[in-house]
Amino acid sequence: MSNETDIILTVNGAQYAVRVEPRRTLADTLRDQCGLTGTNSGCEHGICGSCTVLVDDEPVRACLMFAVQAQGRNIRTVEGLANGEELHPLQRAFIEHHALQCGFCTPGFLMLGVSILEREPDIADDALREALSANLCRCTGYKNIVKAVRAAASEMRARSATR
Amino acid sequence: MKPSAFVYHAPRTVEEAVATLASVASQDGRVIAGGQSLVPAMALRLAQPAHLVDINGIADLGRLEVRDGTLRIGACVRHAAFDRPVVDGPLGRLLSRIARHVAHYPIRTRGTFCGSIANADPASEWCLVAATLGATMIAHSARGVRTVAEPGYFKGIMTTALRPDELLTEVRLQLPAADTHWGFNEFNRRAGDFAIAMALATYRIEGGVIVEPRVGVGAVESQPQRIREAEAVLQGQPPDAQTFAYAAARASEAVQPIEEQPEAAAYKRDVVRAVVRRALEAAEKQA
Amino acid sequence: MDASGFGSPPKKTWVGRSVPRLEDLPLVTGRGRYAASVSFPHQLYMRVVRSSHAHGKILSIDSSAARAHPACVAVWTAADVAHIPPIEFRPTKIQGLEPYRQRVLATERVRYVGEPVAVVFARDPYIAEDLAELVAVEVEPLPVITSATQRPGQFEPDRDTEPVVIRKEFGDVKGAFRAAHAVIELDLAIGRHSGVPLETRGAIARYDAQRDVLELHGATKRPHPNRDMLARMLGRSPTTVHLYECHIGGGFGVRGEIYPEDVLVCAAALKLGRPVKWIEDRRENLMACNHSREQRHRVRAAVDAEGRVLALDDEFFHDQGAYVRTHGARVADGTASMLPGPYHVPAFRVAGHYRLTNKTPAATYRSPGRFESTFVHERLMDAIAQKLGLDPLEVRRRNLIAGAQMPYERPLTVQGEPVKLDSGDYPAHLEKVLARVRWDELKQEIARRKTAGEAVGVGIAYFLEKSGQGPLEGVRVTVDTTGTVELVTGAASVGQGMETVLAQICGDALGVDYRRVRVVHGRTDVIDYGFGANAARVTIMAGSATHIAATKLKAKAIEVAASHMLEATPEMLDIVDGRIVRKDRPDGPSVTLAQVAKELLPAAALAKGRTPGLTADGIFECKHEAFPFGAHVAVVKVDRETGGVKVERYLASYDIGVAVNPMLVEGQIVGSVAQGLGGALYEEFVYDDNGTPLSVTFADYMLPTAHEVPDVDVLLTQDAPSPLNPLGLKGGGESGITAVGAVIASAIEDALDAPGMVTQLPITPQRLERLLRERRA
Repeated sequence: MSNETDIILTVNGAQYAVRVEPRRTLADTLRDQCGLTGTNSGCEHGICGSCTVLVDDEPVRACLMFAVQAQGRNIRTVEGLANGEELHPLQRAFIEHHALQCGFCTPGFLMLGVSILEREPDIADDALREALSANLCRCTGYKNIVKAVRAAASEMRARSATR
Repeated sequence: MKPSAFVYHAPRTVEEAVATLASVASQDGRVIAGGQSLVPAMALRLAQPAHLVDINGIADLGRLEVRDGTLRIGACVRHAAFDRPVVDGPLGRLLSRIARHVAHYPIRTRGTFCGSIANADPASEWCLVAATLGATMIAHSARGVRTVAEPGYFKGIMTTALRPDELLTEVRLQLPAADTHWGFNEFNRRAGDFAIAMALATYRIEGGVIVEPRVGVGAVESQPQRIREAEAVLQGQPPDAQTFAYAAARASEAVQPIEEQPEAAAYKRDVVRAVVRRALEAAEKQA
Repeated sequence: MDASGFGSPPKKTWVGRSVPRLEDLPLVTGRGRYAASVSFPHQLYMRVVRSSHAHGKILSIDSSAARAHPACVAVWTAADVAHIPPIEFRPTKIQGLEPYRQRVLATERVRYVGEPVAVVFARDPYIAEDLAELVAVEVEPLPVITSATQRPGQFEPDRDTEPVVIRKEFGDVKGAFRAAHAVIELDLAIGRHSGVPLETRGAIARYDAQRDVLELHGATKRPHPNRDMLARMLGRSPTTVHLYECHIGGGFGVRGEIYPEDVLVCAAALKLGRPVKWIEDRRENLMACNHSREQRHRVRAAVDAEGRVLALDDEFFHDQGAYVRTHGARVADGTASMLPGPYHVPAFRVAGHYRLTNKTPAATYRSPGRFESTFVHERLMDAIAQKLGLDPLEVRRRNLIAGAQMPYERPLTVQGEPVKLDSGDYPAHLEKVLARVRWDELKQEIARRKTAGEAVGVGIAYFLEKSGQGPLEGVRVTVDTTGTVELVTGAASVGQGMETVLAQICGDALGVDYRRVRVVHGRTDVIDYGFGANAARVTIMAGSATHIAATKLKAKAIEVAASHMLEATPEMLDIVDGRIVRKDRPDGPSVTLAQVAKELLPAAALAKGRTPGLTADGIFECKHEAFPFGAHVAVVKVDRETGGVKVERYLASYDIGVAVNPMLVEGQIVGSVAQGLGGALYEEFVYDDNGTPLSVTFADYMLPTAHEVPDVDVLLTQDAPSPLNPLGLKGGGESGITAVGAVIASAIEDALDAPGMVTQLPITPQRLERLLRERRA
C-alpha cells in the first residue's frame, strides 16, 4: 500500500519490525505481522475486551489503537505472561478454578486481571467485580473468573509477603 | 470492520498540529487523541476521515493543573487521571465520582476528557459536567487562539462551536466554593453503558436555603444543559424531599428528549425525574 | 471381591471428580488456534456484500468499480454460483419446506438485511472491505413483513410465507375445556435473540490438488454431516472433502451449521486455485448468523378446582426470518413437543405457525424451543395459582409428573421420536431446591424488605430438558508404544471441555490416568463418521461409546498379557494406572500397556496369529433422549422509577443423572444462566418497520457483564441416572438457560405485587416502567 511505513513494536520485551498502513490496528498487527495470535478480536469496536493488552502496564483495547500509535511503548500480551514453563499465578488460577471454557475471552481477561492485580493488589470484592465487568465472556457466567482472580491475588500477596 | 485508509500525521507541537489541521481539515481531516469514540466509528465506517492528526505526541497537551482558581485540563489528559481526585475540594471529588461511570477502565486509560468535549456526544458525562458547571474551552488554530464558553459551546448532537480547523487544547473548570454541595446520578442498563439519563446537581446553602443551584441533565436532549425550570424551583427553598421532588418534576416536564416516538420520550421524562431527584438527594447527603 | 474371586487393588477413578481440564494450557498461554489464526500462503480474503434492503427485487449489481481496482482478484454474484444448489436442511418428516431454502448468493430477490448478494476476493482483509464498498446493488423494494403474527405475505409468486403449521394433539381437549373449573388464557412473547458467541464465524478453504482434497478449516458442531452436505453441494465425493475443527470460541447452537459463506469459500478455493479465508466481523455476525427464540404464544389452560391441568391448547407463531435454514422447522417442532414440560397434561393441542419474515433467518440456540416453551408453561403455572388463589408451589406440586410414573410416555413425537421421559422424581427435586434456598425464610425476608418499601421479590420456575440426541456416536481408542492413549471420535468440541470428560471416562474404563489420553475430534479425515456436538449429546453419546471402546480395549490388553506375558488368567488381572497387574498382587510383576502395544506391532502380532494394533472401536447407539430437569429460584429488586432490574440472588438446580466432572457441569450451568439473563433482560434483535436491523453492534445488542450476573449458586444432583446408557449419563450443555426467562418474570411480578404483568421478554426497563405507569393510571 502506498502509505505503509516501517515501525518497530516492542512486545513482551522483544522487538518486531513490521510494515503497516496507518489504519492497521494494533490487534491485527500483533496477530498477523508479529505472529502473536494469542490476542483475540471479538468485536473490533472496543466493547468486548477480548483484545485487551497492556501498554506501558495499562490495559488497552488493541482494536482501538493503530499500530503506528504503539511505537516506543512497552506492549505486553498473553504470550508474555508465563516465565518459560512457569505459568503466571493468574494463568494457574484460571486452570484450577475452571475460569475458561472456550477460551476466546481468556487472553483479554488475563491481561485485564494482571493489570488489576498489579495496580490494586488488595482490591475489594465489589470493586473487583466492577473492574472485571469491563470484559465480556459468553461461556462462564463470570463466577469462576472472579474466583480465579481473587485466588491469584491471594497467592501473589502471600508470595510478596514472604519476600 | 476495518477502517478505510487515511494519511497519518503525528505533530510534536501545537503549532505543527494546527498547521496540519489548516491544510487537511477541508479534506475531512480529524484529530485523534484517545480514539475510543473515533476508532469504533471508523471501524463501522460511519467516519472515514482522509487524514488523522494524532496529538498524543504533544507533551504540552498532557498538562493538568490548577491555576487562578480554575482546573485546566489539557487535551491529552486521560479519563483515568480523574479516577482519584485531582484537586482538593468538591470539584476533585465530583470528577472522581463521575469518572467511574465513564465506560470502563481500559477505555479510560486512552480516552481523554477533552476528546469527549470535542466529540459532544449527548450522553457524555464530561459534557454534562461542562454544561452544568459552565466550562471554558480553549481552541487553537492557525489563525490564533479562541476562548469559547459554555453555554455557547454545545450546539446539538455531536455538534459544537469548534471549527473544523480548530484543535481543542484545553478545558477549564472553575473551582467551586469549598462548601458546594454536589450530587450525580446516572441510570443505565449495564455497567459502563451510556446513560439513559443522568443528572448533576450543585448548590450551596445560605441561611438554611439553597442558593446558586445548578441542575444539569444529560443523555436526554440533543445536548446536555442546565434545566433552569428546576433551578428556579430550588432557589431559596429548603433542601428537603418536597423541594427536590418538585424540582425533579419540573425538570421532567422541561426537557425535550431526542426521541420522537412518544412512548420513548415519556420514558425518558420519567427517568429524568428519578435521576434529578436522586442527584439532589445525593448532594444533600454531603455534610 | 468381584465375580472372579479376586478383589481389585485400590486405584484412582476419574468419573465424578472435578479434575482440571486437558484443554486449558494452550488457551491460557495464548496458543489457542481459532479460525482467525489459520492462514495459508497466497490466501485470498473473501468479503461479503450484503443486502441493505429487507425485501426487494435485485435490479442490478454493478461491480465494475471493484473489478477495476488492481487489488481485486474476483467478484462473484449469483450467476457465478448458479451451479450450487440451495442449502439443505436436516431430514424431517415435515413437508413443504424445500422451496424456502436459501441460495448461497441472493438470486432475483433479497429477503433480509444482511443477506449475501455478492462476494469479493482480495489478498488482504482491509482491501477486501474497501472493494466490497465499491459494489453497487440496486434493489426495487417490496413489502416487508416484520412480524410472524401479521398475515403471511408473498415469498414468491404462488407461494406465501407460511410454509407449514405444525399440529400435534392428544386427548379430549374440547371435553376438558367444557368440564373445566376455570380457563386461563395468556398471550406471551419471547424476543428475538441468539447465541452470539464471542468468536465470530470463520471459514478457510483450501484445495490440495496433489491429494484432490478440499479442506475446510473452522468447521465444528457436525463435521461429518456438514462434510457430506458440502460434498453434495459441490459435486464431490465425501472422501475428498475434509473438515477440520480449530479451537472454537463458543457454539451455542449457532456456529457449525452450513451457511452461505462456508459454501462460498469452498467453491472459491476450487475455482480460484488459492486458499480462501473468510472471517466474519461482529456487525455481520449480528445480522447474518442464526437468530432464534422469537415466538408469540396464545395459550389456554383448562384446570380443575385444585389447579390441576386438564388440557393445554396453544397457538403460536414462530418467526423464522427470511429462509428455512439447516434445521428446517425443528425449533418450532421442539417447542410444540416440549410445551407440557415436566407436568402431567391429559389433553393437549398445539398449532405452531412456522412463518417467514424479512429478518435474519433463525435456527437453534441453546435449549432451542425449551426456553420458549418453559416460559409458557411456567407463566401458566403462576397464572393458575393467581386465578385460583393457590400457592404457586402447590400448583406445581399438583401437576408435576410423579417419580412413580417414570418412564413416562407422552403421546407426542419430537423429530420423529416419541417423547419418553426416562427418569426423575420431579416433586422430590423441587423439595430439595426449596430446602437449599430455605424458601420459607426467604419469603419472610422478602416480606420484611417489602414492608420497608423495597420492590423486591422471588420467583421459582421448573423445567424439563432433553439431551443426548442420537442416533449414534463412535470412538476408537488406541494405545501406542509409549503408552499414550489416543481417542478418536466424530463428536466435536465447542469449547465445553469434551476432551477432558471423554478422557476421564476412558481413564476409568481402561485403567489409565486421564492425562495420558489424547482426544482427537472434529476431523473427518481420521474417522469416517460422526454426529458432532449439539443438543447436549457429547458426554452421553461419545462418552458411552468411549466406555464401550475402552472396556473392549482393556479386555484385549489383558487377554494379550495373560496369554504369554504374565503368569495369570485374564480374570486375575486388572489395569491400574497403565499397568496390567494381578489383582491379588498389585505390587507384583506387571506389564505396561506400552509393552502390550509393542506385542501388537504388526510383525510381532502376525507371528502370534493376532490382528495388529492395541486398538478397539466402540459405537453407542441410542434413539431415545435422556431428560434432565431442575428448577431455578431468583431474587430480584426492581427500581420502580426507572424499570431497572437487579438480580440479587440466583439458584440453579439440575439433575444430571451422573456427573463425570461436576466442576465442568457447574460451569455449563452458570454460563447458561448468564445467557438466560441476557434473554430475559437485555438481549434483543430489534428491527424497524422497514426491516432494518437496529441491534448491529455490542452497543445495541447487550450481553450481560460480570456486574449484571450475580454469583449463581448451583445445586447439582445425581438422583436420576438415565437407564438409557451404560454410565447413567444425561447431558449438561443446555443446563442452566431453560427456565431463566420464566423465573425472572415470576420474580419481577412478585417484587411489584403484579401477577400477570410480565408477558414479554426481554423485560427492558422501558417496557417495565411503562407497565408500571399504566398500572398507576
